[in-house]
Amino acid sequence: MRVGVFICHCGSNIAGTIDVAKVAAEMRKVPGVAFATNYMYTCSEPGQDEIKEAIKREKLNRIVVAACSPRMHELTFRRTIEKAGLNRYFLEMANIREHISWIGLDKEANTNKAIESVKMAVAKAMNNKPLYSQSFKVNKRVLVIGGGVAGMQAALDCADGGLEVILVEKSPSVGGMMARLDKTFPTIDCSICILGPKMVDVAQHDKIKLYAYSEVDDIKGYVGNYQIKIKKKATYVDWVKCTGCGACMEKCPAKNSYDHFNFGVAPTRAINIPFPQAIPKKAKIDPNYCRQFVKGKCGVCAKICPTGAINYEMQDEIITEDVGAIIVASGYGLVDMDKFPEYGAGRYPDVITGIQYERLLNASGPTEGHILRPSDKTEPKTVVFVSCAGSRDKSCGIPYCSNFCCMYIAKQAILTKDHIPDSQSYVFYMDIRSPGKGYDEFTRRAQEDYGAKYVRGRVSRIYPKGKKMVVVGADTLLGTQVEVEADLVVLATAVTAAPGAPQLAEKLHISYDTFGFYVEGHPKLRPVETNTAGVYLAGCAQGPKDIPASVGQGSAAASKVQALFSKDMLESDPAVAKVNENTCVGCLKCIMTCPFGAVKEKELRGGRIVANVIETVCAGCGVCTATCPCGAIQLSHFTDNQLLAEVNTICQK
Amino acid sequence: MSEIAPKELRIVGFLCNWCSYGGADTAGVSRFRQPTDLRIIRVPCSGRVDPLFIVKALLNGADGVLVSGCHPRDCHYTDGNFYARRRLEMLKQLLPYLGIDEKRFHYTWISASEGQRWQKTVTDFTNQIHKLGPLHSTTEAHSGS
Repeated sequence: MRVGVFICHCGSNIAGTIDVAKVAAEMRKVPGVAFATNYMYTCSEPGQDEIKEAIKREKLNRIVVAACSPRMHELTFRRTIEKAGLNRYFLEMANIREHISWIGLDKEANTNKAIESVKMAVAKAMNNKPLYSQSFKVNKRVLVIGGGVAGMQAALDCADGGLEVILVEKSPSVGGMMARLDKTFPTIDCSICILGPKMVDVAQHDKIKLYAYSEVDDIKGYVGNYQIKIKKKATYVDWVKCTGCGACMEKCPAKNSYDHFNFGVAPTRAINIPFPQAIPKKAKIDPNYCRQFVKGKCGVCAKICPTGAINYEMQDEIITEDVGAIIVASGYGLVDMDKFPEYGAGRYPDVITGIQYERLLNASGPTEGHILRPSDKTEPKTVVFVSCAGSRDKSCGIPYCSNFCCMYIAKQAILTKDHIPDSQSYVFYMDIRSPGKGYDEFTRRAQEDYGAKYVRGRVSRIYPKGKKMVVVGADTLLGTQVEVEADLVVLATAVTAAPGAPQLAEKLHISYDTFGFYVEGHPKLRPVETNTAGVYLAGCAQGPKDIPASVGQGSAAASKVQALFSKDMLESDPAVAKVNENTCVGCLKCIMTCPFGAVKEKELRGGRIVANVIETVCAGCGVCTATCPCGAIQLSHFTDNQLLAEVNTICQK
Repeated sequence: MSEIAPKELRIVGFLCNWCSYGGADTAGVSRFRQPTDLRIIRVPCSGRVDPLFIVKALLNGADGVLVSGCHPRDCHYTDGNFYARRRLEMLKQLLPYLGIDEKRFHYTWISASEGQRWQKTVTDFTNQIHKLGPLHSTTEAHSGS
């Protein structure tokens, strides 16, 4: 065994708090280590060349690189040693940056810890065996979860590239949040006018199969071969027959149904088409409000429907689809108003949220684009916008910035003036965050051309006084308290993860942060990948972002899928479980514990039963290895011998 | 150093690759200061951790063992951490029969984004082990593996 050890300085990142030369010198004393050196940047081209040269010159057959996290550069160095003719699994990494040099300043303790960590890696490397991957076929179909602008962009880009796309949208129409917006900043372009054609493209594309009002129920499989169960929720309307004429909606007597599309700004009918541009333009019954369901008799829509599409007996349906990759664009939610007792906790009708105001501004909204106070349907003359309602507020559990509120408040202030020329807008803000092309100019326009009064400070309380709402806040620039008597108050409520985001992440086996947003592969360099191969992210599911960023991520995720599908065969990770048939006693406990059903029974000649691992199905968790009473099933690359070699190195003294 | 660091003790950490190892990376990237006693072994899943590894470590010279995986229900391998939880809880109850204080062993769940939580876990556990002192007194020479 001839181990080569390469200690990286990583500039001063590692060398600043670890004596790298000493680590290298100590390694040279370790039995089995034939060569040890330290280098400024091991991951650089000359750094990698040095490894390759040393492998040839020193006839090295195991390589240990002590540098950053293997989650960062393991693949880089595996490729390096492979180019020099070694099996890629002969590499071990010691994480002396994230786990040592960056977490303490005591150089002596760090150097000592680094020496032991590298020794552990050497001990493991000496037990490493060559592993060879198998290739398997890729199913070149992609599942897109979420039909908002990010999901639609991803679906269209994949479909235009010739891939079959399954698009699952949980609400009755695609379009997402963007379909609810009136105008978009900073151009005041009409939102649905630019989104509508995309929605139509999604519906008409022969490569896109759209499941609206459906949810992903279950996901099985692995990159290249997923089996998806999609739950088509009952709409109680046969969408094959429904023509979207809207006759049912006009006659429905249940007029007080909650309007999910309009965020409850005004009621809707129990049977409804969410908005005129809906795709698919089909009706759906809300059984919580429908008299047929609540009272057991009505049937008006069934009588009126010219095509006989109404079916009160409809059940949820489960559909199975096989795909090779998944793009998650499940969007975002908004914090509930009851989080704000100081703003009335949703009790005052004239304190509304930004998205509700958007529906009031919109020509297809419940007021047909006339701004009317919800309480008495009069035109407000004084409108107060409160930014950061929840955002950047640790007491609400939301320390982050919701990204786009500053911009939409400026837009709404401009639109308010457009709609009601004698109105006055006030904006309470903490900071104006407008980084982006044309964004800062836009917020200035709101102030300079449209006369919106910006008050730097937070609002402490909102209370009713006659027909008015009194907004009490601070002006931190003047150092005074301000009170504005407003006709309407608009809260820029914080962006949260979509409801059910953690549950979806658990089905996908991807990670989510404390707030429920999905965690990308690397915050800088892998922004749309996840740590689960074959699953990609787009849009606000990953974190709050505006439309152009969501569209960009949608396209980026699509291009990642295209790249993945550019090969017909994928290589499996050979770090899977293997059975030693000589020692296996055939207890088959491994079959019971395997989360993937990758272990099967196998009869040997002579009738003895042993376990057998299907290599392409095994995901390499090692649960079976820890289960096996006789150590017969071993997870390659993490065998008992390899891990115990590390344990023994630590516990030597 | 402002504080006189007591002599390091020997703490072994088994961290799952997908969550806790990432959490420890996050803590490093965020430069969250931590005690230096811990030595980390990367495993694919907390379900890979054989309780015997922990026993062997504690009998052969470790003063404490920490295992950390993905939060329950958030396992990269569906339910590997549920197996881990059962095994490790069982081990925790068995340790006293081996003459080992169960406080020397701790298992927890930390996600890749919880750098701060990782820092707290390492700091608390290291302090706990220091409070207990070395498991293997210098006079009592233990026979190696």
